[in-house]
Amino acid sequence: MQLTSDELLRAYRTMKSIREFEERLHAENATGDIPGFIHLYAGQEAIATAVCFDLGTRDHIGSTHRGHGHSIAKGCDIRGMMLEIFGRRAGLCGGKGGSMHIADLDHGMLGANAIVGGAPILAIGAALTSKVRGDRTVAISFTGDGGSNQGTVFEAMNMAVVLKLPCVFVFENNGYGEATGASYAVGAPSIAGRAAAFGMPATAVDGTDFFAVHDAARAGIARARNGEGPSAIEATAVRFHGHFEGDAQRYRARDETANCRRSMDCLSRFRGQVTQSGLVSPGQLELIDAEVLALIDSAVSGARAAAPPAIDDLLTDVYLAY
Amino acid sequence: MTIMPLTVPKWGLSMTEGSVVAFHATPGDRVAAGEELYELETSKIANGVEAPASGVLRRWLAVPGQVLPVGALVGILADETVSDAELDAFVAGFVITDSGPGAPDAAPEYRSIDIDGLSIRYQLLAPAAATGAPLVLLHGFGGDLHNWLLNADPPAAHRRVYLLDLPGHGGSSKVGGDLAALAATVSGFLRALEPGAVNLGGHSLGAAVALQLALSDPSRVLSLALIAPAGLGERINSGYIGGFLRAGRHRDLKPVVEMLFHDQGLVTREMIEDLLKARRIDGAEAALRAIASAVFPEGRQAVDFRDRLVELAMPVLIVRGAEDAIIPPEPFAGLPGNFQVETIPDCGHMPHLEAASAVNRAIAGILR
Amino acid sequence: MATKSYRQALNEALAHEMRRDPDVVIMGEDVAGGAGGTGEVDAYGGPLGVTKGLIHEFGAGRVIDTPITESAIMGMAAGCAMTGLRPVAELMFADFLGVCLDPIYNQAAKFRYMFGGKARTPLVVRTTIGAGFRAAAQHSQSPYHLFTSIPGLKVVLPSNAYDAKGLLIQAIRDDDPVIFLEHKLLYDTVAEVPDEAYVIPFGEAAITRTGKDVTVVAMSRMVHFANEVADRLLAERIAVEVVDPRTTSPLDLDTIIESVSKTGRLVLIDESANRCSVAADIAALVAEHAFTALKAPIRLVLPPHTPVPFAPILEDAYIPGPARLEAAIRSIL
Repeated sequence: MQLTSDELLRAYRTMKSIREFEERLHAENATGDIPGFIHLYAGQEAIATAVCFDLGTRDHIGSTHRGHGHSIAKGCDIRGMMLEIFGRRAGLCGGKGGSMHIADLDHGMLGANAIVGGAPILAIGAALTSKVRGDRTVAISFTGDGGSNQGTVFEAMNMAVVLKLPCVFVFENNGYGEATGASYAVGAPSIAGRAAAFGMPATAVDGTDFFAVHDAARAGIARARNGEGPSAIEATAVRFHGHFEGDAQRYRARDETANCRRSMDCLSRFRGQVTQSGLVSPGQLELIDAEVLALIDSAVSGARAAAPPAIDDLLTDVYLAY
Repeated sequence: MTIMPLTVPKWGLSMTEGSVVAFHATPGDRVAAGEELYELETSKIANGVEAPASGVLRRWLAVPGQVLPVGALVGILADETVSDAELDAFVAGFVITDSGPGAPDAAPEYRSIDIDGLSIRYQLLAPAAATGAPLVLLHGFGGDLHNWLLNADPPAAHRRVYLLDLPGHGGSSKVGGDLAALAATVSGFLRALEPGAVNLGGHSLGAAVALQLALSDPSRVLSLALIAPAGLGERINSGYIGGFLRAGRHRDLKPVVEMLFHDQGLVTREMIEDLLKARRIDGAEAALRAIASAVFPEGRQAVDFRDRLVELAMPVLIVRGAEDAIIPPEPFAGLPGNFQVETIPDCGHMPHLEAASAVNRAIAGILR
Repeated sequence: MATKSYRQALNEALAHEMRRDPDVVIMGEDVAGGAGGTGEVDAYGGPLGVTKGLIHEFGAGRVIDTPITESAIMGMAAGCAMTGLRPVAELMFADFLGVCLDPIYNQAAKFRYMFGGKARTPLVVRTTIGAGFRAAAQHSQSPYHLFTSIPGLKVVLPSNAYDAKGLLIQAIRDDDPVIFLEHKLLYDTVAEVPDEAYVIPFGEAAITRTGKDVTVVAMSRMVHFANEVADRLLAERIAVEVVDPRTTSPLDLDTIIESVSKTGRLVLIDESANRCSVAADIAALVAEHAFTALKAPIRLVLPPHTPVPFAPILEDAYIPGPARLEAAIRSIL
């Protein structure tokens, strides 16, 4: 589908925001000021951006431990995310969730999820809400190649087909589940093929091509909105960083990530595609680059300066009433 | 005098057993009719049991703490002339004749009737042959028909006795209303079930409803028994009303209910549980709030009938506890001769439970 | 008001709430039964008949027969709860939590905390517990001690039909995730149950027998054993106070301590486990907060540290029963 230049600029801004957010976190993490673990999404921006591109606020997504990209693409506040990752009280989750649990229910973001394969069973629940209420919203689950092997994911796909739920299962195959290759751990020839075996349409696309992902997502979302049931997308992708920040990645060939950045960067590809089409000028993109950079700068400095949670916050938010 | 057995009385239709708390008389004592002989406790209430006649207490046949079925022998009253051998023979031959568990009237029979779109739950206690006009009893705010468990049986020996749940209470529709609305429902109830005139009694809010009805429709009311009545002054313990409405848990409700009694030991766990069960039904709390805001707005009583009492021509009994902490007894002056006012010492807002025998005797005195 | 079974009380609670709130849905294996079969719909009405008839009033869109995939049932329930429905998900036997603990333990229970107080997860998991059904090791456990230890969950153990209805309505109206455990051997027990909807608040123990000599804390079916022993001992003038917490999370520790402060003696009977049981937890809390009130050691009446056996003679010996409870009470008087 032909997107307008405004839409292309919107997509670019999202992808660029994710890239800058992640690369900046990579640098900030090296200072030792970010508590715990972060898992970076850099390299996979086209997938989150394209899948979420046509979603409204009331549509839902469920994410993974590598969830910053999905959160930004679904409209979560970037400053709030940065505050959360730094463990600040003003963070999206009050500093109680951190990178692996960023959620924003007001924006239909059901949470990053530190349980591998956690999203699909929750997403079918959001899809059931849509079905019971008849509100034509859809639910998307993001799962990695590692998560694609989980029994919960199989159960979710079967349930979605049986109940004809309005959802799309998106599998991001970045080649590694932690330190183990997908070529080893995914027993089937393809994740899409396995999804199709559950009785739903499934497409395999190049996840570095925003437009290919967008076409597939648009079809799956339309099908779900029309009450025709679930579908699946396997998008191949590359992970620019390790499984987690600090991962020495000795399981990857020495030049693998450099090659990925050189030849499989979804952002450069998109930039090339849209400027060559003439719909968008390089100057417009550079303007966005500058704005994104300023936003991330300010998000980081804001997060660094912000207060941690109050000690009493330890005991709140366990129950609504107890 | 022959041998007079002292047996476990039956308080209310669901009572099957009671436990003896303490004895107030010692074998050999000469006791007068009406004198309290011992304290009996059920899961719902504790109450004194009085001597049914004058005589000598000869024996206790139970020990404190012992649980006995209804009708069981607790003690023996007899003259000194009766020999121990005769007493032994009497005890040996004693058979419980009163109803125990499984007897036909052991299970409470609830009925309900539709009055102007409201479902009203009631119980009817009917003697084999009625010799007096019916008696209709109206409970107080937050109560229900079970509040009359110590009072319904004596009059029911001679007349039909109706115990009903006011709207918003017990098993009736959960709808609130002011005194006029509540009285209209009771009036509809009477039209449907007892077209003739009746004896009307009420406690607290129920007494105010009875007053309202007697004033608006005097030909229907043969006598009026007002127990710790509302509607005869402005003052009411707003802490009680507010506390009652706020307390959703046993722990919070207990101290509020204790305010009702002078002897707070009378408040049993089951009494609180029954109150909680009633108010936890959907709509019950809202109905109670609606009634409270109509009848007891801003911590006072909305209606004061004192100026209109002279309009009442039927016998009117007013019974009050001297230590009533909910509606403090106001002095009356210049009441007509058809009014009888009794103030019971050492008694709180629940004379019909706390001094049941005295209240029952007073009520019996005005029934037509 | 009429006499109703525990099963019927639960069915009424579900029907009341489904009528009251269109967001209430039921899901699970054979909650109706017969979907895709060649015979009747509603053939089971729940594996033990609790949801019988509901599909006829509320339709298959709200009484949802699912595949036998407990992870997807619980995950879907958690997901729809956090997006606005009020699901009542049925886990046929609590034993099966082994295959679906994650959506309960890592997801539903933690959403609110992990997400900084922004999530609301009005999920009810109805499940069955209890030995004595001759169903052996994988259909007979009572693992409420596990749920009780999980922050974010509320854990409900109705011991009678009246409580069952009021507690289930509260569970459905509650905005936090609730694990609602029904004892298989209580379904046919009866009590007076109002026809109307009513709620029993969580965290309020019931005292089913009052007494001054010894406090017995019992849950679920064990309450019946405790009442039985209390009634028997009363003939000997031993007054046993029986406290049924009704919910183990939140726990009404105040009522337990008040009772122990009066009696000075505490016996707990608990079917959950030999080690790390709810009884052990309550015993520790009482020892911590009311040690000086105790006149005798606390006694626990528990199952052995074994799986639930099959042969009736073994299973009967496994279940903490009235005889062991009575002996425990006598041992500290």
